[in-house]
Amino acid sequence: MKDYNLTHLRELESEAIYVLREVAAQFERPALLFSGGKDSIVLVHLSRKAFHPAAFPFPLLHIDTGHNFEEAITFRDDLVKKFNARLLVGSVQESIDTGRVVEEKGINASRNVLQTVTLLDTIEKYKFDAAIGGGRRDEEKARAKERFFSHRDEFGQWDPKNQRPELWNIFNGKKRMGEHFRVFPISNWTEMDVWQYILQENIELPSLYFTHEREVFFRDGIYLAKAPFMAMKTTEKAEKLRVRCRTVGDISCTGLVLSTADNLEDIIREIAATRVTERGGRYDDKRSDAAMEDRKKEGYF
Amino acid sequence: MTATEEADFSSKGYLNMQLLRFTTAGSVDDGKSTLIGRLLYDSKSLFEDQLDAVKRASVQKGGEHLNLALFTDGLRAEREQGITIDVAYRYFATPNRKFIIADTPGHIQYTRNMVTGASTANAAIILIDARNGVIEQTYRHAYIAYLLGIPHVVVCINKMDLLDYSQEVFEKIKADFNAFVAKVLPGEDLRFIPISALKGDNVVKPSQKMEWYNGSTLLETLETIPIDQDHDMIHQRFPVQYVIRPESDKYHDYRGYAGRIAGGIFHPGDEVMVLPAGIKTRIRQIDTFNGPLDEAFPPMSVTLLLDDDIDISRGDMIAGAGDLPKAASEFDSMICWMNPKPMQLNGKYALKNNSRDVRCVIDKIDFVLNINTLEQIPQRTNLAMNEIGRIHLRTTKPLFFDPYTVNRQSGSIILIDEATNETVAAGMIL
Repeated sequence: MKDYNLTHLRELESEAIYVLREVAAQFERPALLFSGGKDSIVLVHLSRKAFHPAAFPFPLLHIDTGHNFEEAITFRDDLVKKFNARLLVGSVQESIDTGRVVEEKGINASRNVLQTVTLLDTIEKYKFDAAIGGGRRDEEKARAKERFFSHRDEFGQWDPKNQRPELWNIFNGKKRMGEHFRVFPISNWTEMDVWQYILQENIELPSLYFTHEREVFFRDGIYLAKAPFMAMKTTEKAEKLRVRCRTVGDISCTGLVLSTADNLEDIIREIAATRVTERGGRYDDKRSDAAMEDRKKEGYF
Repeated sequence: MTATEEADFSSKGYLNMQLLRFTTAGSVDDGKSTLIGRLLYDSKSLFEDQLDAVKRASVQKGGEHLNLALFTDGLRAEREQGITIDVAYRYFATPNRKFIIADTPGHIQYTRNMVTGASTANAAIILIDARNGVIEQTYRHAYIAYLLGIPHVVVCINKMDLLDYSQEVFEKIKADFNAFVAKVLPGEDLRFIPISALKGDNVVKPSQKMEWYNGSTLLETLETIPIDQDHDMIHQRFPVQYVIRPESDKYHDYRGYAGRIAGGIFHPGDEVMVLPAGIKTRIRQIDTFNGPLDEAFPPMSVTLLLDDDIDISRGDMIAGAGDLPKAASEFDSMICWMNPKPMQLNGKYALKNNSRDVRCVIDKIDFVLNINTLEQIPQRTNLAMNEIGRIHLRTTKPLFFDPYTVNRQSGSIILIDEATNETVAAGMIL
C-alpha cells in the first residue's frame, strides 16, 4: 500500500504555511519581524512558498539595535534585493536620541531590553495589526506556553495566564482597535528541525553561522564578540579563535561557540551532540530565571 | 537502534522522520510531570543548562532526588506555586520519530486544557496511580480522549514501585478500565503499560522488576503506533483559505485557491464541486512553490487551480463532486465551554469552522453531561466553564462539514464571544 505520511519536516512546513496564509487572510496590516537570524530567514523562505507565485503580502520589519554584526546587515540587504521584498527599520538609536529610552550603563549594558520600546513604537507608527515572529516553543520555558496567534493588548503586553485557548487549526485573530497579534508560524519547530530544514531546502545563511576567526572574550561561560561598543573588564582579554554563532542577535548578547563547522551537515552533527540549549548562549536570558517571561509580558519578541 | 544511541541527525533517514503529537492526562499527583521529565531525561532530550537549573531548584526546595517534574514548569507563578496553569508544549526526538507533547495541567481548568491539548493529538497517555486505581477523573480523561477523537490511547499504570510491581494490581486496574471504556471507547486502539515514572521502569528502559510484562515500553509504543490512518483519506475536503492572484505580467491570469487539505486525496483531473456555489469543475493543477504535484493529501498545504472561472473566496469549500460534505445552517454539536462567563441559551456568538466565519445562536441545550458518570442532565439553561454538553445551533450562513467522528478538521468549530473576542467554546459537530 502507498504510504500517505508526510515527513516531520514537510508536516511542520505545511503547518507554518497554513499559519502564514491565515495571517494574510485575517489581518489587514501584517509585518514579518526580520532579525537576520536563521529563524527569520526560514520564515522568509516559508512566506515565499505560502504565496507562490505571488509576492508575500507583508513587509519585513527589522528592529535595529545599532549593535549589529556587519555580516547580518549585508545579508539582510542582499536578501531584500534578491526577493524584491519591502524592508522597514525601527531604530533603537533613534529611540535613545528622542529620549524614549535610556541607554543602559556598565559592563553588561545591552540594547536588548530597549528593543521592546522601539518595536512597540514601530508597530504603532505603521499601524501593524500582526507581527510575525520566528519564536519557537522549544527555545525557552515561557515560550512553551505561547500560542500561534498570541494576543497583545493596546499596550503591547502579553498576559500569559489569560490566553485564548487554541484548538485544532482554528485561529482566532479577532481584536479591538489598537490591539495586535504576534504570530509564530514555527512554534512547533525545534532547533534541530530548523537546521534540518535549512539543509533540506538549501537555504542561504549569513556567514556568521559557519566557522570563522574572530576576536572574542570569555564572560560567565560564554564567548562574546569584541566590538567598539562592548565594554570589557580589565580582567577580560580578547583572543582570536575559530568560532561560529548558534543564534544571531544583537552583538552584546549573542554568544559564540568554538567550532570548526563550515557546512550544514557538520553544524547539525554539532547540534546533535551539544549538551547546552540554544539560548544557553544568550546573554539576555541569563539575567534571571524568568527573564524571558518578564520581557515577553512587556511586549518583547 | 535504540533511542539513546548516538544518531547522525543529518543523514537522509533523519530528514524523513514521522511526527507524533500526544497529550498527557492525569490527576493531581499521578506523576504526570515526573513522567514527562523521565521521557525527556532518559531519551537525552534535556540539556546541561536545563539540568543544572533543575538540580539547583531541587536542592533549594529541599527535595531528596532530582525533581524531574521541575522540567515542565514554565511560568513564574507555576514555579512559585508548584502547579501547572496552562497547556505547555514540549519536544523531543528519537532516531525513529519526533514528538510533540501537549502537557496539560491536572487541576485548574482541567477540562478546558485537556480538550485544547487533545484537539491536535494522535495519541493520549492516561495516567493512573496504581495505589488509587481507576477513579472518577480516569473516566473523565477517557471520555475526553474519546470525545476529541484521539485515535490511540495508552493507559500507563504508574507508581508500580510502591506496590511491589504486582501483576495482580495491574490486571485489576486494566479490567476496571476496560469495563468502563466498553461504553465510551469502542474499537479504540487501547494499550496498557505498567510503569514507574520515578524509577524509570518501562518508560524508556524495560523494567527488570516486572518480568511478567511482555509488552513494549512507553517510548517503544510511542515510536511504533501506526499514524498513517489518522487523517480522513477518503472524503475529499479542501477549505479555501486564501485566494492567490499575483498582480504580475507573468502570472496575469493566475487564480489559485490556497488551503490545507482536510480530507481525501486530490489529483489533477478530479471532478470537484465548489460550495456554496454548487458548481462542478475539475482540478487543472495542484500547485506548489516546488512545482505541480500528481497528488495531494492531508495535511498538505497546496494551491488548487481549477478548469473553470468560478467566483470563489475564503470560507468556500472544494469537495469531491460525488461525495459532498453536509451543508446546513442548523445542526447538533457536543460542546466544551471554556470561559468563566457561562454559555446562555439563546446566546449569540461568532463561529469559526474550517476557514468559514459566521454568527450563530444557541437555540437548544439538549443536556449537560456529568463527565464522571456520563449521566445526562436535561433542562439546563446555561453551560458553565469546563462543562460539556450537547446543543443545537443555528448559523447565519450554511457551513460545510462532516461529523467530527469522520473528520476532525471539517467537523470542529470554535465559538467566540463578540464582546470580548475571547474563544469561549470548542465544538464537535454530530
